[in-house]
Amino acid sequence: MQIIKVDGLVKKFGAITAVDGISFEVEENTIFGFLGPNGAGKTTTISILCTLLAPTSGTAYLNGHNCHSESAEVRRSIGIVFQDSSLDKDLTARENLLFHAYLYDVDKAERKKRVDDALAFAELSDRADNLIKTFSGGMKRRLEVARGLIHRPKVLFLDEPTLGLDPQSRSNLWEFITDLPKKHNVTIFMTTHYMEEAEVCDKIAIIDKGRIIASGSPQELKKIVGGDVIYLKTTDNKKAAGQIREFFGVEASEKDGEIFISVLKGEACIPDIIREIGERVLSVRMQRPTLNDVFLKLTGKEIREEYASAGDDIKEAVRSYRRRHDRS
Amino acid sequence: MIEANAVYVIVAREFKKFVRERSRLVSTIARPLVWLFLVGGGMSRLVPTGRGVSYMQFIFPGILGMTILFSSIFSSISIIWDKEFGFMKEILVAPISRFSVVIGKAMSGMLLSTIQSVIILAFFPLLGLRIGPLEIIGIVFVCAVLAFALSSFGIVLASFYESYESFSVIMNFIVMPMFFLSGAMYPVKVMPPVLQYCTKVNPLTFGIDALKHLIFPLEKGPMSPDFPFVIDLLVIVAASVFFVTIGGKAFERKG
Repeated sequence: MQIIKVDGLVKKFGAITAVDGISFEVEENTIFGFLGPNGAGKTTTISILCTLLAPTSGTAYLNGHNCHSESAEVRRSIGIVFQDSSLDKDLTARENLLFHAYLYDVDKAERKKRVDDALAFAELSDRADNLIKTFSGGMKRRLEVARGLIHRPKVLFLDEPTLGLDPQSRSNLWEFITDLPKKHNVTIFMTTHYMEEAEVCDKIAIIDKGRIIASGSPQELKKIVGGDVIYLKTTDNKKAAGQIREFFGVEASEKDGEIFISVLKGEACIPDIIREIGERVLSVRMQRPTLNDVFLKLTGKEIREEYASAGDDIKEAVRSYRRRHDRS
Repeated sequence: MIEANAVYVIVAREFKKFVRERSRLVSTIARPLVWLFLVGGGMSRLVPTGRGVSYMQFIFPGILGMTILFSSIFSSISIIWDKEFGFMKEILVAPISRFSVVIGKAMSGMLLSTIQSVIILAFFPLLGLRIGPLEIIGIVFVCAVLAFALSSFGIVLASFYESYESFSVIMNFIVMPMFFLSGAMYPVKVMPPVLQYCTKVNPLTFGIDALKHLIFPLEKGPMSPDFPFVIDLLVIVAASVFFVTIGGKAFERKG
């Protein structure tokens, strides 16, 4: 079943078009990743799906409800972890969770148990009665994910969940997140601009300048770039390259003392290559394409670095526009 | 639609934080006491009041009004803090109406302000005032209604400001003039006509005037209440309804 259906969604902030006619669907109980540089329109799309923003045109349905006209139903079906922490740091972990349980009208008989379960799930049972200000970034993020699940939502939104975390907390958080669809029967909708983190997704949509430029599973997307690259070092590279061309019918060229070959299933080809060529193989290494390569191929730009700062300008422009106009 | 569970938990959160933050309680109690005893004590020598209430007794209703004004506005301004630190998002994406949020915030302000004004009220014997039990109940009721009106007014203010730098603007250009133009420190009837006009659009004036009726009902002359008691009550009830509605609308639009 498609839990999210978005069709021709457009959001303009004055002269800036943050989201420019995107359409996609998300299958229930999967992890869906929204990938793109800063300012590509990821947070704007999430805000529309979460009923916080009205679209300029187009439609978005979540769990069969229209995100604009049936906001109450949609809100009951979703949990959200925002980019910036939305915990009250002057309350304890337990109080933050209880606040959430009351806000979502969790049944009185269930309330305490759900809060205890969430604390255990976030591995914070021993810190339950400490103030949030004493928590590390990783602890806060885990608590927010657990909080987002207290009312048993159908979809959990994670907006840049690992932003500002150290590498270890980051990998812990990913382990935690990848278990969610099975354990909690929930669909994960996440955004990130860290390409390597999107590998955990079942399906990815790459977004740039408000448009979806590619979508599919991580494997499918990598095929856009081509296959794996195998690097070989042999006693006679020239001869070996010729043999490879002859036996496998693929292009093999030499560069920096290594032969490199682009093939589809790299790991399966290596034994064949070693067996077939007469020269002695001194070393073999293989490189898999990354999602970063995909983005590079599609846009001609790296996802981060200087390109990101251009996106930050768009972000700032949207923010100041909203500051001026949201109240009028 | 108003969700009782949401209103309850918003009030419970504010109450818990209020009890936990001792320094805030101390400072909100200290300010009115400083005004009452230092300003009131000094001015009492300058202002001859004859056989009626002393100047210190005269400003007591105004000091209660001040306690309510500052704590109500401060309580509602916490909305700006919540926006700044992201907690407001947690509330805004919840399946509750915006009006419940506004009612919850207004009731928080009402509860906290009333508690603080009751603490200040407990000082009345020190000023040589005699207040009967029925009047005390009346005073607490007036304080609660006034606190609800001013907290709702604070919510309207908070909806116009985005960051907490605006806090000092609100304090200096809205709260302080409201206090001085309320008949708290000097009777409305002795003010110049232009200022008298300003006091009449200030709900705090009528709240304080109602308290004057309850605290020194027998007073005649310049220090006596300026408006009829019924008018005072009608104005503060009307102001509550007016501001909470505007606050609800202001919140709704942010959608």
